[in-house]
Amino acid sequence: MGRVRRKHSGSSFEDMGELHQRLREEEVDADAAAVEDDDGEFLGMKGFKGQLSRQVADQMWQAGKRQASRAFSLYANIDILRPYFDVEPAQVRSRLLESMIPIKMVNFPQKIAGELYGPLMLVFTLVAILLHGMKTSDTIIREGTLMGTAIGTCFGYWLGVSSFIYFLAYLCNAQITMLQMLALLGYGLFGHCIVLFITYNIHLHALFYLFWLLVGGLSTLRMVAVLVSRTVGPTQRLLLCGTLAALHMLFLLYLHFAYHKVVEGILDTLEGPNIPPMQRVPRDVPAAIPAARLPTTVLNATAKAVAVTLQSH
Amino acid sequence: MAEAAESPGDPGTASPRPLFAGLSDISISQDIPIEGEITIPVRSRIRESDSSTLNESVRNTIMRDLKAVGKKFMHVLYPRKSNTLLRDWDLWGPLILCVTLALMLQRGSVDGEKDGGPQFAEVFVIVWFGAVTITLNSKLLGGNISFFQSLCVLGYCILPLTVAMLVCRLVLLAEPGPVNFMVRLFVVIVMFVWSIVASTAFLADSQPPNRKALAVYPVFLFYFVISWMILTFTPQ
Repeated sequence: MGRVRRKHSGSSFEDMGELHQRLREEEVDADAAAVEDDDGEFLGMKGFKGQLSRQVADQMWQAGKRQASRAFSLYANIDILRPYFDVEPAQVRSRLLESMIPIKMVNFPQKIAGELYGPLMLVFTLVAILLHGMKTSDTIIREGTLMGTAIGTCFGYWLGVSSFIYFLAYLCNAQITMLQMLALLGYGLFGHCIVLFITYNIHLHALFYLFWLLVGGLSTLRMVAVLVSRTVGPTQRLLLCGTLAALHMLFLLYLHFAYHKVVEGILDTLEGPNIPPMQRVPRDVPAAIPAARLPTTVLNATAKAVAVTLQSH
Repeated sequence: MAEAAESPGDPGTASPRPLFAGLSDISISQDIPIEGEITIPVRSRIRESDSSTLNESVRNTIMRDLKAVGKKFMHVLYPRKSNTLLRDWDLWGPLILCVTLALMLQRGSVDGEKDGGPQFAEVFVIVWFGAVTITLNSKLLGGNISFFQSLCVLGYCILPLTVAMLVCRLVLLAEPGPVNFMVRLFVVIVMFVWSIVASTAFLADSQPPNRKALAVYPVFLFYFVISWMILTFTPQ
């Protein structure tokens, strides 16, 4: 029986997988031999022909099984992802900056860098920012549930919306691969990270709307321009880019407003609805407030605590 | 003595031939030892093979493992560029630290809600899956560190944050207020920076020189999330 031969690449995962597979193959060989012996002795003369056909069937089964396990070990290999992480810090930095700059040239398919390091790190950064945005003082926070919600939201958005837009792109005959779509949407989350980081620390609705339009709009325009350059036909362009723009901008709105409500909902179900939820939503600053008192009402609780301590010294 | 030297093994072969007539007088005296034990002086065993550690007492095994863990704790607390964590990696230290952290981050169930279970499991899952993700990332970036070595380093570098958790718990026994919060914030930030410096000192050498920043950034995020969990902890 031939063994699966694979070049050693130094990963202990693969060593364990190879060892496991060899052990499994040996076990299967031993089982097959035992089965053959038993049947041959039992059936006698009729068993001879049966044994031959059984041997043929067995060999076909073994060949198919070997192929399947070889394919499985090929795809479960972590090294298959290695080329997508082959980036330099300077490249990541330039791609982050470019994701905010829409390019007007739409007659020629624009290049999308097919890497996964930047998008993955941006999704994790978004998770961290969402967690940081939770108030750190008096309220009782269940970190675990919030953590699960944050990770689920961010990864769900990145993977789910990428798949959905890729499916739409397939319907609209756009020239984009799944990897490129993942990379494009991942880098588009850079704008979201900036907006949320600023507005979670400064609770001004007007400021949020400004950033939402400006920064969110820029990153959406960039993604839309890239998609338009890769699609032919006005209806298809409209469908694809309209869907992406709507989903991207609405996600930012959701993260700022409704995510707080989801969190407050979790807190309320865990503690009981003794405090009305409206009190904990980032409140609108009343316009008729004297300018001297504006800073203390606008900053969040962390900054307030810092300010109080500094003032008392 | 002459009789013994002639034929010590078989007294019966002294045949009564004229040539060997004098041999019939040979007799073996019974008090000369012809049997005994062969002993070789044993060298003092400097390095015991693996199978022989099965015979030592449990106390010896535990003390040896604890000493190894304690030595690595010292290396984390005073980070220098050294290979100790990488060469003799073990996962006892990370397990002890993770369990301690998860236990301390648990709140006592005051009014019968299911507080205890999910929090322990979630901290545990976050720490171990975070470490696995960072390890996969550093391997994919071209690092030449093995999977378990990286898990070992990341787990051991949670030690400063566990110390911060202990300090925070003590500080929380005092009355709450902004000063309380500032002290906790300061302690957590210091320990967070210490964790990152410690893990960078061990992991940085395993990456290609121009990609160190790419490998360190997810470590920064990981310890940031753990610090956030420690800082927002309020016992009920």
